[in-house]
Amino acid sequence: MTRMVISRLGGLATTLLLASVAIFGSLYLAPGSPEDVLFGTRQPSPAARAAVEHQLHLDQPLPVRYWDWLTGVLHGNLGTSMVTQQSVASRVGSGLGTTATLVLIAVLFVVVFGIALGAVAALRPGAVDAAAGAVTSVTVTIPPFVASTVLITVFAVRLGWFPSSGIGTGFGGRIHGLILPACALAIMNCGFLARVTRNALLDQLGREHVQTAVARGLPRAIVLRDHVLRNALPPISTAAALLTSGMFASTLIVETAFGVPGIGQLTITSVAQKDFPVVQAVSLLLVAAFVVCNALSDLLQALIDPRLRSTSGRMA
Amino acid sequence: MRIHILGRIARARASLGPAGTVAAVFLLLVLLMAVLAPLVAPQDPNLQSLLDAYSGPSGAHLLGTDGLGRDIASRLVYGSRTSLLGPTLVVAVALGVGVPLALLAAWYGGWVNAVVARVFDLVYALPGLLLAVLAVALFGPGLMPAVVALSIAYIPFLARIVLAAARQQRVSPYVDALAVQGFGVVRITVRHILRNIGPVVLGQAAIAFGYALLDLASLSYLGLAVQAPTADWGVMVSDSNALLQGYWLPVLAPGVLIVCCVLSLTVLGARISGERPQPYLRTRRRARTTARTQPAAVDQNGAAA
Repeated sequence: MTRMVISRLGGLATTLLLASVAIFGSLYLAPGSPEDVLFGTRQPSPAARAAVEHQLHLDQPLPVRYWDWLTGVLHGNLGTSMVTQQSVASRVGSGLGTTATLVLIAVLFVVVFGIALGAVAALRPGAVDAAAGAVTSVTVTIPPFVASTVLITVFAVRLGWFPSSGIGTGFGGRIHGLILPACALAIMNCGFLARVTRNALLDQLGREHVQTAVARGLPRAIVLRDHVLRNALPPISTAAALLTSGMFASTLIVETAFGVPGIGQLTITSVAQKDFPVVQAVSLLLVAAFVVCNALSDLLQALIDPRLRSTSGRMA
Repeated sequence: MRIHILGRIARARASLGPAGTVAAVFLLLVLLMAVLAPLVAPQDPNLQSLLDAYSGPSGAHLLGTDGLGRDIASRLVYGSRTSLLGPTLVVAVALGVGVPLALLAAWYGGWVNAVVARVFDLVYALPGLLLAVLAVALFGPGLMPAVVALSIAYIPFLARIVLAAARQQRVSPYVDALAVQGFGVVRITVRHILRNIGPVVLGQAAIAFGYALLDLASLSYLGLAVQAPTADWGVMVSDSNALLQGYWLPVLAPGVLIVCCVLSLTVLGARISGERPQPYLRTRRRARTTARTQPAAVDQNGAAA
């Protein structure tokens, strides 16, 4: 177990390091000098230009600049916004909680409805299963931006149950405002998880150990809970974790569609305003969230399934 | 000749199944619509007529008009061009880079395989949408930065499957038999291994096309890829003014079209790569639905194995 955790964390660190190199280096990949990229179409005063040049340490060699940047990031210094002159950390920090809440609600929806739909499909063969299959086939192709438009049309404009843009104040208001965006995030992923759940449960239902448990006269509920679901959990939890990591990227779309002031919307507005330091910081954060979720899914699987701990070499 | 073609169609229908056939026909129609756009479209997609803004479906405008009085049906038809062009480029580049790399890694194995597989895993760990947003932030909005970034992101999506399939072929006896007969690496790889794993590559490419279409439409929706006056499905969905005023047709029609295309592509892709849908059993007792047993690797090109 320990060896597996260490090797997985090593892989995680490598990916994060390479991603940080790519995100840092992208500034120097773009056409034109880095300070021109940062200023974009703006006409900086000589003083502002000198300040940026000093901040970028352009007189230093590239690896030194990268090291300075990385240590700065690790100390929470993400640079200064080119538009508002605020520190990037404060701009990002104000949206971070909103985005995390949004993803959390969406994950809750996905896990509850995805597993329920998959379980119903697996346990009720025939018409119910076929209907669930048809529903999941369609939902897995509904992208968040199409789902957003449908949800806004029906629940915000027609019925007026939820705000069409922005979120309310206070805890209750925020949750209320985040429900539609979370649904838009969840719809596609619900279908995926339902499919994985159905196949994992069917796989277990056909196994001999389940047949034996039924033959021993165990109640159906216990067979399903302790024998079928327990063994089907690893693939389901992996899929759920992978979907969660994917949702961080989708927040860019959903937050823009619903005007949610999270880091996804901040990314898009920063791209439009050519505020590169903010884009850099948010990209790094989103990649980190993505990669950490993927690593967690592996560790979660090892926690659920003891067999994976003894044969740790195969996992890595 | 005529009978020959009919026979081929019949065989294709049989191998695709009913759902696959419907998907294939739908995609063919969309493709025809894109190619023949000037003939199919009832009107100029950019012709504005503010007096007709937000008119409902009528004889003159089959699906009504948008906020600038442009004909939605015509914009959908012309939009298929930009909406299909992007994913075509993404899949072409990803295939062009990924497949040779995967075949190379499968053939030589050892450290070549280890390095290539590790690089694929690394790129696979980065979300494509984010990569595209980063590219747009650097190079400015437009279809090309988005396409280049997504192409890189889609290389591992295709190549990992190709690598696994090619490695399976690599160790099968017919490859050794061909090598013993003195055939070169390139010939065996291209004419035998690649042909044998062809369906897998094609099926995965169809699925990748669907996801690339979604990603590019999402980026156009965000205003980062295809730019506003151009007719594009993603751009059309982003008309939030129409939505807030209660006109859903200008926004939902392109959305439904996108969903139908992606649905068809995933269904078709799964069928081509040989994945049969799991049967919906009617009895309580089930057959074991363990992983589909791989057919023994046999060279279908009639090589003396």
